[in-house]
Amino acid sequence: MNNIFAVAGVVIKELYRRKDFYVLFIVTILICLVMASVNIFNDAKIVRYLKEICLLLVWLSSLVIAITTTARQIPAERENRTLLPLLAKPLTRSQLIIGKFLGCWVACGLTLLCFYLFFGALSASREHQWPLLNYFQAATLHWFMLGIIVAMTLLGSLVFAAPSSNSTILFVIIGGILFVGRHLDQVALTLREPVRTIVYSIYFAIPHLELFDVRDLIIHNWPLIPWLYFSLALLYAVGYLAVFLTGACLVFRRKTVN
Amino acid sequence: MTAILRTEKLRVEYRSREMRQATKVALAGLDLEVGAGEVFGFLGPNGAGKTTTMNVLLGFVPPTSGAAYLFGIDVRQPIARQRIGYLPELTYYYKFLTAEELLRFYAKIFGLPRAETEHRIDQLLKLVELEHARKRPIKSYSKGMQQRVGLAQALINNPDLLVLDEPTSGLDPLGRMKVREIIQRLKNEGKTVFFSSHELGEVESVCDRVAIIHQGELKAIGRVSEITGHHANLEQAFLEIIGFQTSTAP
Repeated sequence: MNNIFAVAGVVIKELYRRKDFYVLFIVTILICLVMASVNIFNDAKIVRYLKEICLLLVWLSSLVIAITTTARQIPAERENRTLLPLLAKPLTRSQLIIGKFLGCWVACGLTLLCFYLFFGALSASREHQWPLLNYFQAATLHWFMLGIIVAMTLLGSLVFAAPSSNSTILFVIIGGILFVGRHLDQVALTLREPVRTIVYSIYFAIPHLELFDVRDLIIHNWPLIPWLYFSLALLYAVGYLAVFLTGACLVFRRKTVN
Repeated sequence: MTAILRTEKLRVEYRSREMRQATKVALAGLDLEVGAGEVFGFLGPNGAGKTTTMNVLLGFVPPTSGAAYLFGIDVRQPIARQRIGYLPELTYYYKFLTAEELLRFYAKIFGLPRAETEHRIDQLLKLVELEHARKRPIKSYSKGMQQRVGLAQALINNPDLLVLDEPTSGLDPLGRMKVREIIQRLKNEGKTVFFSSHELGEVESVCDRVAIIHQGELKAIGRVSEITGHHANLEQAFLEIIGFQTSTAP
């Protein structure tokens, strides 16, 4: 575990010493503050639109940070040749992969914390309430979804040579899952065999990231998700990230490092 | 002589990615033995198999056949790397870390206790003359400084065996001299150093024994004086051993 934490620590340091996070955070703050300062149509409920846009920006920023940070980890180690002195130490390849995953995931968690704190402050300043448990559920589900994405990206970075191609492919896949994933079963019903089976297989194989999108919970102040379903969703995420991480470890174990 | 590093009929073949191309033999049955406390020079022209040998020893590349051992342990086991230090050629360390953060990171991987880590970092930064730059990010270092921080990371665990891949490559004469001095100091401390280099003068001055490899095969091994033999220097002996004909103008 010591080795895993050491690798994760370097990834976290990298995130807060680079400008990516600060740029996205400041842009989100500026957009939201400008919008919050305008009272459109004198509508008291306009704050919901503000919350919706702010959360959309938080989601986009978190996806960008998760994918770009993770996609460059292993390729940068290869390119700068730091992989060599690292693997020449008593560190297994699986420890390196798990350390990278943990670092990226925790780094995403920290950025989410900043974003949600800002969102909470903005929302509380307009609504004068702060439903902490709703925020906790939404942020935790969001973070676990990022865990799946980080693990997927890490696996992708071992399969695709360039970080840019990996990031682009991952953005397309994740966008596809978020927008189309939930409708694949209905699409399958309209198709003939064998395409129907193929589409059904895809529907059951992909991680349904849309399950973790509970933005409405805090936009419309809906009641809490039952804790059993909440826990099951987290377990679902852990299952998928374990699958992707195992895949990454297996692929990396077979890679020649030279 | 206790063998710290040993290879037995080590063979490495790279399969070509393109069809109809034969597999490339990088190492063809290499037998090597390096004893404790030796400074061992590993020589050969580009593409001879030096880096491949190091890659096998460090577990980066699996051998096609044969075996390699460090301290009697098969190199495929990570524990074999507990007592070694490795300096790769031309590495660009994490730019966003400072020298002491980098060394602390590597020390953590070796599981060194905190107090020992701090003491070791002070010692090493003094050895490689980077004390003044210890809190500066590595991105602000010159090439020579980066190579020296690389040497410091290779020594963080106080290794019994040091594997250096062209440690002076790309350095100016002053940088080369400093690296040579450090190797000499390690030799005096009784460390085993296994290094590859194209600087034959340097090899001649610091090595106890050398091996010359060409096209994956061991061509010569022995003390520098034995290899040099009747030749004026190691360079001439090296050229003859690898079968290079110097063109003599009429």
